[in-house]
This record gives sequence, C-alpha cells and structure tokens, in this order.
Amino acid sequence: MTSTTEQGAHLADLAATTLLRFATAGSVDDGKSTLVGRLLHDSKSVLTDQLEAVERVSADRGQDAPDLALLTDGLRAEREQGITIDVAYRYFATTRRRFILADTPGHVQYTRNMVTGASTADLAVVLVDARNGVIEQTRRHAAVAALLRVPHVVLAVNKMDLVGYEESVFASIAEEFTAYASDLGVPEITAIPISALAGDNVVEPSAHMDWYGGPTVLEHLETVPVSHDLTACPARFPVQYVIRPQTAEHPDYRGYAGQIASGVLRVGEAVTVLPSGRTSVIAGIDALGQSVDIAWAPQSVTVRLADDIDISRGDLIAPSASAPATTQDVVATVCHVADQPLAVGARVLLKHTTRTVKAIVKEIPSRLTLDDLSQHPNPGQLVANDIGRVVVRTAEPLALDAYADSRRTGSFLLIDPADGTTLAAGMAGESFASKAAERAVQGDDEGWDF
Amino acid sequence: MTATVAHLHEETDAPYALSHLDALESEAVHIFREVAGEFEKPVVLFSGGKDSIVMLHLALKAFAPAPVPFTLLHVDTGHNFPEVLDYRDRAVAKHNLRLHVASVQEYIDAGKLRERPDGVRNPLQTVPLTEAIQSLKFDAVFGGGRRDEEKARAKERVFSLRDEFSQWDPRRQRPELWQLYNGRHAPGEHVRVFPLSNWTELDVWQYIAREGIELPEIYFAHEREVFQRNGMWLTAGEWGGPKEGETTETRLIRYRTVGDMSCTGAVDSDATTLDAVITEIAASRLTERGATRADDKMSEAAMEDRKREGYF
Repeated sequence: MTSTTEQGAHLADLAATTLLRFATAGSVDDGKSTLVGRLLHDSKSVLTDQLEAVERVSADRGQDAPDLALLTDGLRAEREQGITIDVAYRYFATTRRRFILADTPGHVQYTRNMVTGASTADLAVVLVDARNGVIEQTRRHAAVAALLRVPHVVLAVNKMDLVGYEESVFASIAEEFTAYASDLGVPEITAIPISALAGDNVVEPSAHMDWYGGPTVLEHLETVPVSHDLTACPARFPVQYVIRPQTAEHPDYRGYAGQIASGVLRVGEAVTVLPSGRTSVIAGIDALGQSVDIAWAPQSVTVRLADDIDISRGDLIAPSASAPATTQDVVATVCHVADQPLAVGARVLLKHTTRTVKAIVKEIPSRLTLDDLSQHPNPGQLVANDIGRVVVRTAEPLALDAYADSRRTGSFLLIDPADGTTLAAGMAGESFASKAAERAVQGDDEGWDF
Repeated sequence: MTATVAHLHEETDAPYALSHLDALESEAVHIFREVAGEFEKPVVLFSGGKDSIVMLHLALKAFAPAPVPFTLLHVDTGHNFPEVLDYRDRAVAKHNLRLHVASVQEYIDAGKLRERPDGVRNPLQTVPLTEAIQSLKFDAVFGGGRRDEEKARAKERVFSLRDEFSQWDPRRQRPELWQLYNGRHAPGEHVRVFPLSNWTELDVWQYIAREGIELPEIYFAHEREVFQRNGMWLTAGEWGGPKEGETTETRLIRYRTVGDMSCTGAVDSDATTLDAVITEIAASRLTERGATRADDKMSEAAMEDRKREGYF
C-alpha cells in the first residue's frame, strides 16, 4: 500500500480507483474505536486540526491522553454519555481504493444500526477480543452479516498482544467463527490476527506473528473484489422518472431514467415492463450524456425503448428472458427499526425500489433471537431491534426478487402511513443462505422456519 | 468460500467495475431523480461555491436532455465575494434557471435580525433560509453538505427530515437502508437532501477536473489584500475588516471554501490549476473547515447546534 502523501504523483490513477463500502461491528470493549482510529490515522484521514481539537477538549476535561473516541463521536449526547449512539460514515483512501466506512455502534440495543450499516456494505469487519473468543455478540454480528448477505466478512481477532501472539489462540477462534458463519451461508470469510493498539496486521504486517501468511486488514480491504454480486444477476431497471423535454430540440424524446439495480443492459435487448407485462426492445441507452451500447449496475442511465408504451415511475424494466414474477403476497424477514411496534393487521406502506404501495401485515409467523438463533412462534408483534418473519399482502403486484438474488430488488421498507416513520427493513425470501443453518438450529426441540 | 464465487470474480469484476467517481456520480444522480419523482416542490441551495456547482452539474446530467426540474435558492449574507455572485448569476442565465434569493441584509435592515458584535453573518443565515422554505413551500431542499466536512455532518442522513420549525433532531433520524430513501413528510415539514453525502473534498475536486467544470476564480491562487484575525487570512472589505490594530498585506492565496467574507479564511497557495489544487489538497494536513471556517471554531458542537436550528 502507498500512503496518500504520495498521491500527488498519481493523480491520473487516483480518479480510476474503485470504491469499497464496508461496515465495522464489535462489542464495546473489543477495540473497534482503536481499529477505526488506526485505519483513519494511518491513511492520513485524521488531520492536524481534528487531532488538535481532540487534544484540546481532552485536556479541558483533565484527561491525561487524547480521547480518540472524540474523533468519531460527533453528537453532544454521544460525548456526554461516552458512547456511540448512531451510525457514522467515514471516508479514507489509499492509492488503490477509496473507502466508505459505516461505523456502527456495538450495543445490543442498536442491532438496527448494524443492519443499517450492513445494508450497503460490500464487506463487514467483525471484531473479536482474542482473550474472550467467539461470544454471543460475535454470533449476533455474524448472523446480521449473513441475514443482510454482506458478500465478504472479515474476522479481526484483536488484542493478539495480550495472548502472547499465540497461533493456537487465533486458529481456534478462526475455526469456530468460520464454521458458524459458513453454516449461516456467509460466502467468504477472511480471518486476520491483529493488535489494533500495537498496529499488528492492521496496515503493516506484524513482526510478532511470523506464522501468519495472509494479508493485513488494509491489504485485504484494498484487494477484495467489489460489485460482482450486482452484475452477475439478471438485469433489473426500476424506472425512477420519465424524461420528456418537449423542447424544439427534442420534441419526441422519451427516456426512462433510473439506476440499474442489478445486471447488464444492452441496446437491442428484448425487455418486459412490469407489472403491466408489455414488451419492447431497448433502442438506446444514455449514460449521463453519453450514448452507450451497454451499461451495468449500479450505473444511473436513461433507457429509450423502440415502442411508445405507457411506463411510469415504479415500473420495472427487465430482460424478457429473465423477467421476475410479480406477486401481492410477500414472505420476508424484517428487521424492525422503529420505536413503535409492528403488529399483525397493521396497515402500512411498502416501498420497493421506486414503487410505494399499500400493504397489510397478514402474519408474523416467528421472531428470531439473534443470540442463539432460536425462534419464537407467533409473537403477535415486533418491537425495536426485533428480527422476524412476516407475510405481507400488497394492494398492487410487485416485481420482487428474492433478497438472496438481489439486495437491490429483494429489499423493501415498511413505512407508517400516518407519520412516515420507517418501521422495518425487509428482505424477501429465505433468511439465511444456507440450509445447513436451518438444520443446525433445528437440532434442538423447536422447529425453525428462518 | 466456494469455487463458484471465485469464478464470478474473475468473470465480472474487471469488465464491470465502476471507478469511485462514477459510483459517486451514479449515486448522486439517483438521489436527484428520487426527489424529482417523489416531491412536489424541490429547490437546490446554490451559493456559487464548488459543492453547489457540482450539484448543479449533476442535476443537469440527471435530467438531460430535459431542463433541471428545480429552482435554485441562494441565502445571500450580504458579504459575499463579488466573483462568486457573478458566477451565480451567469450560471442561472446560462441554464435558464429560476433563482430565489433570501437576503440577510434585508432582514437586518428590516430589524428582524441583529448584526452580531463580531460581524460574522454565517449563523444569521438560518432565519432567512427557513422562512424562505416555509413561505415558498419547498418540500425538499438540496444541500451540498458532505459527511467528511465535520463530525456532526458525519451523522447526517442523505434524506434528513426537518420539522415545521426546520429543526434537525439527530436522535430521531430515520434509519437509512440500502438505497431506499424515505421522503414521507407531513405538510409544513420538509426534507433536506444531500446528494454529495459520500463525497470527500478530494472527490469533489477530482470530479471538477474530470468533468471540466468552471469555477469562480477565488478557488485558484491569486494575489489579494488580506489581514489576519484568529489565525486566518480574511479579505479586507466593507463588511468590517480590518479593524484597528489589524494590518493588511498582499499575499498569494486561494480559498478552499466559499462563504461569508467575515468568516471564510484563505490559505497560502500557489496552485493556479486544477491539478495543482488537487495535489495541494492531497498533501494538506488540515481539513477544509478547520483551515478556513471561523464559525465552526466557536464551540465544540457549533455545527450540530446550528444544524439543530435549521442551518444546512
């Protein structure tokens, strides 16, 4: 890796770097702040005036050393309580890649925050204290990563300096975590032994762990592939807005603007518009001012069709060969993110891609306890931070994919029509990727339908 | 980890990767179009500064070849740089847009706002801004705020609901999941929208360079009469500086941010081109706001407190 101070020499390269979104998860004392601090600090993202402000406030409070938590805890309430209460987004860069870090609080009651951070993440870093090993909170974080289908998970076994940098300690934690997360269907797990405090294997390779031959945390972040999950899927194009200039220069232009949710669109391709089922052919693709033959997720483009058919915001354009089925009965897992409960019979709004429809919660078959993945049948309602299965009936048909196939077209929000509150984050289809997860949990007496 | 996943990487990662600027551009355009699709009367805050200039550029691309379906709003502190006002008016004319101006000076002249003893007008913008939003009935207000600017802004949502008093309550924000933005609001409430949330200062400059976007000249190194106050180089002018004991000198400087002249500091610089500016920022050890904004230094939570009251 090259530090950002050398960026001046590589300006042309810099604009061509890729973007990785990742989230961190860890319990309160696992050293998450230290890890985040070291990543930011060593990539030059903590600047002199920010450090000076932290030193000044720390000194005013009579503290001996600068309190680096002040760098990340931005709200008055957070500083007063000394805890992080909300997701914060942080930005840093190397010459190889730019990073958006969703810094999510580790408290149990803020599961919704980890869900928020993980929803857009390509990768999640789960932090474990080497002295404690895999604990309930670790399993909870692995389960949320699996539920949200974060493509890559890094297990950072921290505080290796406090266990004598012992390979056997790391190996047994890595083995236990990998077995657990693989059972949940996490597709890729990379375990890295680190000391965030001493700097081992965060940015620089450790001099204390010759037995470890893998990448440092930053090397892994710089090289892990991104976006493959979007372009490998069938194309989905939710129409956001119809562009009709009606000007002298463009009297007949009619384009469908949107962001390609998954897959690849090509000029000449036969497409179906849902939910109407009308068909046409892609006549042209305008990629923000440039006419192109091919475009892919997550590009924002404008699509023109060969036929003048009735299409508006909320419709979905998909290749006729792989168009999704439409449904009015949504079976999904939801994470409840609001303070007001969600009960059976509730009338809600469901926002799926660019389409918002009325809906009724028909059933809540079960509620999941993340600690041990046990499930409680028919809880009647879900409250803040609960994760549960729901059956929702919508007033109009939706072109909904399984979340397993597309995080973009398989996800939805439930919204309170009275005050607009976002009630729940929904993921259509099966909860976890692996059937083994279901078997593992079913081992006990109660049934398991997640 | 299975062989299938590795195979997918080989096949698709290289041909279908997006550069980070393309990814940020695509996301911002998506946000503009969401607002156009869901709101009745959106407006773009436009100051003639680099962030709002990039927002306008993105909006033009998002709806091309149709015109931008939004009007613009500028909160004029009365102490703006003339070059920037000139740029603002030229941009409005060039793209055939409609501009609303909310004037701090008019509020002071009418006795509805009082000049602060230090002459700093940035905090005075909140009242004209929020009253303009209410009286013109805007329901979505685009701002150029970025989360990398300041630690309170790092907590800001892309869609940020404001109550009928335009207040921001950081503890009652809606979780923002995937790219599913929730713009529901009651009459009288509005939503602040930040399409550049995930951009950094360097991203903005790289994008300006890539797209060949014209900027006001004060962003590039030039000689100017300045004087020092609270460790910052301020432009001498009728707004109230220099005071007795403050002496002006001619220095080679440029501005990293554009705002009210009373609290926007210049930095020593010989960067006269976009490439030179980008090189300078990549090597800088100071944040944009730390280097140039007096109002953020007023207290540890200055930005949070102003945002709570309705500042952008």
